[in-house]
Amino acid sequence: MNSVPWLTILLLVPAVAAVVVAALPRRLATQAKQLTLAVTLVVLVLAVLATFAYHPNRAGFQFAQRYDWIPTFGISYAVGADGISLVLILLTALLVPVVVLSSWDEFDSEPDGPSGPSGPSDGVVPGDGGGSGPGGDPGTGGGGTAVLVAAPPAPVVDAAAAPRRSVPVFCALLLVLEAGLVGVFAATDVFLFYVFFEAILIPMYFLIGSFGPAGQQAQRSYAAVKFLIYSLLGGLLMLAAVIGLYVVSAEQLGSGTFDFALLRQLDITPGVQKLLFLGFFVAFAIKAPLFPFHTWLPDAGAQAPVGGAVLLVGLLDKVGTFGLIRYCIPLFPDASDYFAPLVLALAIIGIFYGALLAIGQRDMKRLVSYTSLAHFGFIALGLFAFTSQAGTGAVLYMVNHGLSTGLLFLVVGFLIARRGTADIGAYGGLAKVTPVLAGTMLVAGLSSLALPGTNSFVSEFLVLVGTFTYNKALAIVATAGIVLAAIYVLSLYQRTMTGPITHEANRTLPDLSWREKAVVAPMIALIIGLGVYPKPLIDIVRPTVTATYTDVGKSDPAPTHPVTVQPGGRS
Amino acid sequence: MSASLLAQTEKITPPSIEYSSLSPLLIVFVVALIGVLVDAFAQREARRVIQPVLAAGGFIAAFVAVAVLHGRHALLAANAVAIDAPALFMQGTILVFALLSVLLVAERQLDSAGGAIVASAAITPGPKGSTAARTSADMQTEAYPLMVFSVTGMMLFVASNNLLVMFVALEILSLPLYLLAGLARRRRLLSQEAAMKYFLLGAFSSAFFLYGLAFAYGYAGSVELGKIATAVGTTGRTDAYLYLAVGLIAVGLFFKIGAVPFHSWTPDVYQGSPTPVTAFMAAGTKVAAFGAILRVFYIAFGPLRWDWRPVLWTVAILTMVVGAVLALTQRDIKRMLAYSAIAHAGFLLVGLAGTNTDGLRGAMFYLVTYGFTTIAAFAVISLVRTSDGEASDLSQWRGLGRTSPLLAGVFSFLLMALAGIPLTSGFTGKFAVFQAAIEGDATPLVVVALVCSAIAAFFYVRVIVLMFFSEPLADGPVVITRPTLTFATAGIGTLATLVLGVAPQPLLDLANTAASSGFVR
Repeated sequence: MNSVPWLTILLLVPAVAAVVVAALPRRLATQAKQLTLAVTLVVLVLAVLATFAYHPNRAGFQFAQRYDWIPTFGISYAVGADGISLVLILLTALLVPVVVLSSWDEFDSEPDGPSGPSGPSDGVVPGDGGGSGPGGDPGTGGGGTAVLVAAPPAPVVDAAAAPRRSVPVFCALLLVLEAGLVGVFAATDVFLFYVFFEAILIPMYFLIGSFGPAGQQAQRSYAAVKFLIYSLLGGLLMLAAVIGLYVVSAEQLGSGTFDFALLRQLDITPGVQKLLFLGFFVAFAIKAPLFPFHTWLPDAGAQAPVGGAVLLVGLLDKVGTFGLIRYCIPLFPDASDYFAPLVLALAIIGIFYGALLAIGQRDMKRLVSYTSLAHFGFIALGLFAFTSQAGTGAVLYMVNHGLSTGLLFLVVGFLIARRGTADIGAYGGLAKVTPVLAGTMLVAGLSSLALPGTNSFVSEFLVLVGTFTYNKALAIVATAGIVLAAIYVLSLYQRTMTGPITHEANRTLPDLSWREKAVVAPMIALIIGLGVYPKPLIDIVRPTVTATYTDVGKSDPAPTHPVTVQPGGRS
Repeated sequence: MSASLLAQTEKITPPSIEYSSLSPLLIVFVVALIGVLVDAFAQREARRVIQPVLAAGGFIAAFVAVAVLHGRHALLAANAVAIDAPALFMQGTILVFALLSVLLVAERQLDSAGGAIVASAAITPGPKGSTAARTSADMQTEAYPLMVFSVTGMMLFVASNNLLVMFVALEILSLPLYLLAGLARRRRLLSQEAAMKYFLLGAFSSAFFLYGLAFAYGYAGSVELGKIATAVGTTGRTDAYLYLAVGLIAVGLFFKIGAVPFHSWTPDVYQGSPTPVTAFMAAGTKVAAFGAILRVFYIAFGPLRWDWRPVLWTVAILTMVVGAVLALTQRDIKRMLAYSAIAHAGFLLVGLAGTNTDGLRGAMFYLVTYGFTTIAAFAVISLVRTSDGEASDLSQWRGLGRTSPLLAGVFSFLLMALAGIPLTSGFTGKFAVFQAAIEGDATPLVVVALVCSAIAAFFYVRVIVLMFFSEPLADGPVVITRPTLTFATAGIGTLATLVLGVAPQPLLDLANTAASSGFVR
């Protein structure tokens, strides 16, 4: 069974489909959506099959494949899966079809005349003696106003004010994103990882910039550019570290390599380790994001289309935390030790800062974005507590956060689709009008605050238990963050769903359609299912996490503590 | 015919010339001369067909000759010309870029009057001149032989083993370019200003080079690169001459690549020149000048590398920072690409700072990738037009992604390559030079370079934002999507950018072979 190149298939299927879908003309929007949904479902099935073919207790990477790509630099196309990457690939395969289905009608409702082309593409032909051209004086000095991103728009064509957005392009971007994410998680060549790491920025950038909420063009561009520049800056710092690793490997092994398994055996001096660690860490901290590097997330989260936001927070950000455990800790164990207090401090600050800001938000999408900041604090805390419980918990947290926050974003998206605003003040008392929607939000919210019985509880509990054995004070402080989580979740629910209906427009809102129910149903099932019986997931993740920590000389302080992980037995 | 030559100068034995090994140079030179004759005798309409075919044929023939010569490693013509793998690599590169540029110059579909080159260089600016310039269907066909002459100079420049020959080559490559810069059909005033500026500053920098050459001769008693290297530390003369020589020659060479603080001509000349000429300059001159820099610094001043390294670091940092930061403030797309060219010169210098074989390989690879991308970018720019010529003002590019998604997509891809996003050639090139620099203990320089890349990404992305996330203008530019030569050139450049990003190994192998066989001394 292991001879099946699962990962390459998982990568190629959406990539090829993206090309096909992108080539479809705009008018075949429905076909594009159907094809995309079918492909993403196929990917999901393949991912599930791959999971069954995976042997959790076998060491090393499975489904590994390796081909030379640029031998001059020791770069190869090398993929492989361990427990951590496998569950994240599964999450990817699950969330993308959900997003496709949830975005089904998103661009159909936009006002546009089918006959009116979106711009003056055809009609205007400048005759020789035509009117004075625009542009004024193109003198060499060019002292006029520079064109800035956020500059007020110049006179535009009225007819193009509500542009039609191409559904095939949207679908193609989602598919490219899916392929890129699978690549990021599957790569076992650091260079390949970097390539995918950067490559997924581009589709996300266009998803935010081109497909974000209509009518907020300046903010959308701003958010998209901020996202891209932040990520690129982090990526470039990582590139410096990646090249640094290569040079170290060239010194120690004779010829440079990017092979993760070989790089892991390097003996890097602590000073160099610190520099390289910082290069990787800043990139991942921006991506995740951790506290001081987070400011792009609320903007990007608020300006992305809902489906894009789900993928952004649910998956793209996981690349950051995934990078921490896959690359930072195993490659630079000494530096990880050295910087652990810093990371833990940032994590704790993030937990509280994110939660407090979430409480204060009026925009639902920004609110959910800030809750993610708090959750990423928990994940970083778990990863850098260096115990297998906390680490396992943190990896589970990545998956669970994708489910719970993803669902929360979807619900918020349903609300926005109904009322056209993300402002919390525009809602209230919806539980009476749209009970199913309200119930879904409650489930998502309760999962977000880690209520026992939901998936997040298991992971949060493991993180806190693991942290407790590492450092009691940290664990106690972090636990207080859960209280804040309860505040932001419950106040969101309270302000939108309970109480009297304050706006007349809300009285006639439709409840979830069948399509929307089909979107949320598997998510709710997983939230509750994994809350009650997380063992399958833990079984996959735990050996890898334990091996990761053992390899860098971190054994659990278990002998002095009777705490052992009893998956599912938290009653 | 080696060291004893100097002693024999009294007898003046003519040096033996290996014509076969010099054939690429000779082919191009002869083609240029034929071009001049054609211009003198052929009919006006016939010239417009013969000239481009002749020039392109010459470039192709010379390229074949370069390919045949591969593996040669010798000093020719009384040690004046070096034919070695790096020289041949760069000559081939220059020829490919020249061929693509000729396609751009030969374009007749774009302007209503047929081409980017003015009908007569004598047409003055001003209302009357503008009308005449715009409406005349003619073109100054001397542009072709001028380009070919310039290519001759470039090819000699990268192959000269002798500072005096290098100076001659520098002049052969520069003088035609000064003229070409002033041949734009539209915006004559800007074009003539560009030509004038380029000429004055270029002449000034040539003088620096010549002065440095004199000092080098005074110090080493020879203008041969290899002999200067041997003289370092062994002659009894004061080192002050040597340092003056290094500094002055460096000024001359840095001027050509547009390194800060010798960059001030770049934006004006890039903006004012006819766009095909800008593309030619941006790609070709950069290869030629870097070829010469590499040769001079690796061979003649190689023993001094610990002395010039700090200077090179300073210039590289300044170049990257100034290029990236000033590009942020530009509102003309050609000026923006000019500053981007400055920043890229800085990145190339980073590779040079590694002072190792990897640096040579990286720089050569980078030059190829950069040239293809930049020629394609300028080709795309010349496809976006208003009634007033090219829509070079950035604000006119607003919403182009909506009105002509293909062109905007291609241009975005090229910008991403210039920004160095993975899976484009720009990234592979950057990786190659940065890897060399880190290996050569220039890590701080690489960090600066990466920060500058992030700054630079901002202004490339700004154009993408403008094209895709803004509403189109009511009277926006028209995009020419007819299949034309320019279209083909843009396509070739874009394809090369993609291929060199995804499968760079063959070219890397070539560059690697060339770099490791090294310069002939």
